[in-house]
Amino acid sequence: MSGIHTLTMPKWGLSMSEGRVNAWLKGLGDPITRGEEIVEVESEKIAGALEAPASGVLRRRLAAEEDLLPVGALLGIIADADVADTEIDAVVAEFLANYVPPSEEEEGGGSVPGKIEVGGLRIRYLKLGAGGEPLILVHGFGGDLNNWLFNHATLAVKREVYALDLPGHGESTKDVADGSLDNLTDVVIGCMDALGIPAAHLIGHSMGGAVCLNVAKRSPQRVHSLVLIASAGLGAEINGDYITGFVAATNRRALKPLLSELFSDPGQVTRQLIDDMLKYKRLDGVAESLDRLAGKLFANGSQQMILAEVPEVFGKPVLVIWGKEDRIIPARHAPKAGGKVRVEILEGQGHMVQMEAANDVNRLMESFLG
Amino acid sequence: MARKITYQQAINEALDQEMSRDPSVIVMGEDNAGGEGSPGEMDAWGGVLGVTKGLYHKHPGRVLDTPISESAFIGAAIGAACNGLRPVAELMFVDFMGVCFDQIFNQAAKFRYMFGGKAETPVVIRTMYGAGFRAAAQHSQCLYSLFTHVPGLKVVVPSNPYDAKGLLIESIRDNDPVIFFENKVLYTMEGEVPEEIYTVPFGEAAILREGDDVTIVALGRMVNMAQEAAEALQKDGIHCEIIDPRTTSPLDEETILESVEKTGRLVVVDEANPRCSMASDIAGLVVRKAFGALKAPIEQVTAPHVPPPFSDVLEDLYVPNAAKIERAVTRVAEYR
Amino acid sequence: MNTELNRESLLKAYRMMRTIREFEERVHTDFATGEIPGFVHLYAGEEASATGVCMHLSGNDYIASTHRGHGHCIAKGVDPAGMMAEIWGKETGTCKGKGGSMHIADLSKGMLGANGIVGGGGPLICGTALAAKLRGDKTVGVCFFGDGASNQGTILEAMNLATVWNLPAIFVAENNGYAETTSPNYSVACENIADRAAAFGMPGVIVDGFDFFAVYEAAGEAVKRAREGGGPTLIEVKVSRYYGHFEGDQQKYRAEGEVQKLRNEKDCLMQFRRHVTADGDISAAELDAIDAEVLAMIDDSVVRAKADPKPGPEELLTDVYVSY
Repeated sequence: MSGIHTLTMPKWGLSMSEGRVNAWLKGLGDPITRGEEIVEVESEKIAGALEAPASGVLRRRLAAEEDLLPVGALLGIIADADVADTEIDAVVAEFLANYVPPSEEEEGGGSVPGKIEVGGLRIRYLKLGAGGEPLILVHGFGGDLNNWLFNHATLAVKREVYALDLPGHGESTKDVADGSLDNLTDVVIGCMDALGIPAAHLIGHSMGGAVCLNVAKRSPQRVHSLVLIASAGLGAEINGDYITGFVAATNRRALKPLLSELFSDPGQVTRQLIDDMLKYKRLDGVAESLDRLAGKLFANGSQQMILAEVPEVFGKPVLVIWGKEDRIIPARHAPKAGGKVRVEILEGQGHMVQMEAANDVNRLMESFLG
Repeated sequence: MARKITYQQAINEALDQEMSRDPSVIVMGEDNAGGEGSPGEMDAWGGVLGVTKGLYHKHPGRVLDTPISESAFIGAAIGAACNGLRPVAELMFVDFMGVCFDQIFNQAAKFRYMFGGKAETPVVIRTMYGAGFRAAAQHSQCLYSLFTHVPGLKVVVPSNPYDAKGLLIESIRDNDPVIFFENKVLYTMEGEVPEEIYTVPFGEAAILREGDDVTIVALGRMVNMAQEAAEALQKDGIHCEIIDPRTTSPLDEETILESVEKTGRLVVVDEANPRCSMASDIAGLVVRKAFGALKAPIEQVTAPHVPPPFSDVLEDLYVPNAAKIERAVTRVAEYR
Repeated sequence: MNTELNRESLLKAYRMMRTIREFEERVHTDFATGEIPGFVHLYAGEEASATGVCMHLSGNDYIASTHRGHGHCIAKGVDPAGMMAEIWGKETGTCKGKGGSMHIADLSKGMLGANGIVGGGGPLICGTALAAKLRGDKTVGVCFFGDGASNQGTILEAMNLATVWNLPAIFVAENNGYAETTSPNYSVACENIADRAAAFGMPGVIVDGFDFFAVYEAAGEAVKRAREGGGPTLIEVKVSRYYGHFEGDQQKYRAEGEVQKLRNEKDCLMQFRRHVTADGDISAAELDAIDAEVLAMIDDSVVRAKADPKPGPEELLTDVYVSY
């Protein structure tokens, strides 16, 4: 039965417990090539296409369009054309007999965020994986550790991976002191101290990239390598209207067009994404924190901290990833990384490239980290 | 996975956090602690269903139990709000509004206007409403439309724990009189609620589900029933958009109208009686302002024009449910 | 003391109190099984109050009651079997299952309703008394209310109006020591509720609510005065309840052993039995026989209530108006 492959509801991100089958892209009996998109699935957070795990023929379509199914539920069967129907039916029957939908406890199981005290602040972090060289994920302006929802678990297969909420963000204390990059940098280094991490690979997105650059500048001995995604700190330009608008936005109507700037596919700006962002923005202290950060780091629509020289001085491996259609920080900042830096520009992608093109970005990061 | 607590715990936490943050916030009501003057334990109840339990000992002197004198203590809360406090008074069941309504609708509601914009009355009146407890005609009504009718009052009807906490904190910080409606059946509902302090603004509806076929506007407990109905209807290929206004005064007209402009079909779900109700108000709004978009008559799913009955079989018939909503949506969707 | 109470009346009073007690004990037991819906507030412990007052009333007199109304209903002659069916939400109930425990009423018996609104009855009784006065039919109205309601504006306004119009009304404040959880020591500004009578220009008397004869005597005077055009009276009955504010109340606000002590030392039925059997006119066996009859009657009412049908769906939409 080795030629029979099950197609199941994927788990995209830690919080996904169920997904809706939006549309089948392949018909029953269609030939399938491994990696081909087979069925469109949508979770509360994101929509995407499921890639074929193997080549063959789509022999069964067990989920109907519009079905809302738990993670791991059987969607279809791919098998070679010459596999007997009885064999396929046996696999389906066995799967259904053994399948247990994940319980609510299991969903969060083993991946509950923790909190640590750093310089009088409570910092939330999520650790996944164990062993290997530690890796730390640092989100951007207005983001949180969930920005790594589609990357975190993949990276954690080979090593322990920590995602942080910077001060003023997520569930960390809403206090950014003077709003400076050095303050954020202090916190990241403080987290490494508190978590007992002597040195780590750092991956930063947007403003988080600038924080990682600054850590590499100030404490190069604590950084094995850098991955900078749509990073700030490499040039002066930034979409000032986005920053100003995002800081000011207090409702769905104001926020939706702004968040659309972040993605290449405006369909990714789901109701849930907007609601989650509004929930964050309505926490006491967030408005002040964002205002202070924006005033310090992105005053007058221009980046105030340029660290473009850091990668070269740093001298260790650096990977720069950018979506070519990034409307927040232009992709042309990427080559300015210079030195022995590997640069990857993804066609058609926007600022949230690690979410929208998670598979591609994950592959790039994995091959870089080795 | 964020922390989950109940609607009831969310309300308690909102009160606790705002009392800790702002010393001018006080809580008062009948047996909000419980046991005053009695030989047993103090804080014996924490409110008739335990919503304010624990606040009495945490905030000494700031949780006041009252005689059963709603006119006096609701009025006193309003007066205290005129003099620098931010009282949160509990009118145990909204059905008891009859014994104190003057203080609310002639006094608190009108100060700002009558006094030429020179008064601020930052009072919150928390009150329980709704059927489902077999509590009969005088303990089960949904009277938010009566308060919504009165200019000067803000009226809040949260449908879930997250909104309950955020809207209550917003209510406490708001400088106008706010009537905060708590559905007694929802008290045990669990949901994700941040431990941090946050607000949910007035006049901004929540869109709980997006869809192109039929708009459902639902309030309070009915929001959950609408979601249940919408999930079932999706299997039949009918995609509902669910809007929870969250506050009936102010009302987020724009979100409702935008949705109907898209779907052309509207079902309003309201646990209250149908006449002069939020259901008829919202239906009227859409007819006035989105008439051109309508492709079908508007349906209202409400309680009938009768008082809440006692017997369980009658009460179950009285309250709207998912099946009734499904039928109404199907009629509206199939109308040509 | 009880000179005007003949043997027949004494037995009637005993049966009335025992019926109330048995009814309430049975509802208490059945509520705990989860079969009885809604909010139920029990009158057990306070039987002498309703009985001592209602023994003076005829079917043409009116009473208004409270959320704790079962005892008043029974004392005013409402059929216990109909009440039981009502509490169980059945179509055979006094109110067809539409009202429930808090709204049992029987206008044909002069019972204007238990009431879900604290203090709701005071103004209504002014109205029934006004009608009686204008008709000149010598009937009276009695408003039962609690220590909690004594602080409600409606009650205070009603007492004032009753004197202003010299109405044949009696205000019976059943002070059972707890408004939900709150003691009148905290919530009532003066020493006694009866002290307020002076402010409304009516006599105010205080009686021991565990003593049927004390209640009977005070109520007798008040009813007589009202019937004769002498105006209203406020009677404060000091009593206690054996159960919580509602069924399910854990009663942490009460003292340890408080209820047991009352049951052992002050119970109205116990006192009554001791009193009437002491002079040998009524035997313990006679009272035991009444106990057995009442028990059988309550058992029967529960069996019937359980078996009776629930209201049909058509009942939802009827009875809102007299004419449509």
